Amino acid sequence: MPELIGLVLFSMLGITAIGVIVIKDLFAVVMLFGIYSFLSALIFVNLDAVDVAFTEASVGAGISTVLMLGTLALTGRKEKTHTHKSILPLLVVVITGAALVYGTLDMPPFGDPNNPIHQHVAPRYIQDSPQEIGLPNMVTSVLASYRAFDTLGETVVVFAAAIGVLSLLGLPKRDRAAINSGLKQHMVLRVVAKLIIPLTILFALYVQFHGDYGPVGGFQAGVIGAAAIILYTLVFGLPNATKVLQPTLLRGLAALGVLIYCGTGVAGLLLGANFLDYNPLASDPVAGQHIGIILIELGVGLTVFAAMLSIFYAFAGQAERTNIQ
Amino acid sequence: MILETISAICLILGIFFSLTGAIGLFKFPDFFTRVHAASVTDTLAAILIILGLILRTEFDLVAAKLLLILVFLLLTSPTASHALAKSARHGGLLALAETQASTKPATTKKEND
Repeated sequence: MPELIGLVLFSMLGITAIGVIVIKDLFAVVMLFGIYSFLSALIFVNLDAVDVAFTEASVGAGISTVLMLGTLALTGRKEKTHTHKSILPLLVVVITGAALVYGTLDMPPFGDPNNPIHQHVAPRYIQDSPQEIGLPNMVTSVLASYRAFDTLGETVVVFAAAIGVLSLLGLPKRDRAAINSGLKQHMVLRVVAKLIIPLTILFALYVQFHGDYGPVGGFQAGVIGAAAIILYTLVFGLPNATKVLQPTLLRGLAALGVLIYCGTGVAGLLLGANFLDYNPLASDPVAGQHIGIILIELGVGLTVFAAMLSIFYAFAGQAERTNIQ
Repeated sequence: MILETISAICLILGIFFSLTGAIGLFKFPDFFTRVHAASVTDTLAAILIILGLILRTEFDLVAAKLLLILVFLLLTSPTASHALAKSARHGGLLALAETQASTKPATTKKEND
């Protein structure tokens, strides 16, 4: 049965991808990308990778769609028509694809327990993580403790992306005269948004601090929190949102998140262990692991939240500037 | 056993309404009727499917979470449909009847088309 569901989902994924290539209306393409991400999330659920599915649904389908729509507001929704011939790129793509397909022939069978990936470090994680770290959700143990370097890299990538976008677009200026943006006409939307936003923030906090026990963590929490503020911005206007959460504050928060993460690592270093080793953070190694994981999840959540929101602010600020001119 | 039967009926009805919503989305003639069809999927089908799923749980935390999802969907989906329709209206899109009424005097000859 899972194979059948997987097959259906993969064919829908393929159809969506073809739709993305064929359709020229970029607004529809962005919507299709959202559908693509949700389908990928379903495939991950089907493979029992709920953590990845949750991340894909919140980041891929949620925030990316909003950011791409923000880009469309700046660039326009029609795709440029190409006049040059595209035979060479097609050839390159076909050859690369064929090589990749040929490469998969050498791969071990899918889902076989004897595959190298299941024999390398996975047995050690499964056997020792309950004693070493003691979290019910093993994925968090791997993500935040065994593979903390990888997660640090990901957090820094998010931070760097925010810096890149901000240096290109710039944050919206606070002293500018407030414009009547937002959806003043939509009474229903405003009321429902007021109902939903606090609940969304509450859910983000739940996701943030429930990472030890469920398939959740800082990345998703940051994105969900950012989504709540983005909803507020869309409904009540950018000037109001920047009054609540100032762009300079966000810039500080994004850096603070990375600082907390690295600081946790350096604290371990100063207490006589390796970088990002949480054992000496408390008298009991397991308690130390708990403290370390909560701290770095907090760092990840802060950075992702602030980075996503400042990228959105940058797009929204640009779009409003374009609208005025 | 009774619960399972009720749950199955709910799920099948929910699937039926999703399907009619999808068919309506493709078959209906203009934007507003299509939004109407889609919103049927969003509300009625969602209620029925989640109700069917709740009846299959042990009435524990999972049921509570499903109920919360249902409340969330019932808040957001009609709002989304409303916002869509209102924006279309605001943008000057006319309903099918209005379009026909406004084009009739001008193009009486084309009515046979």
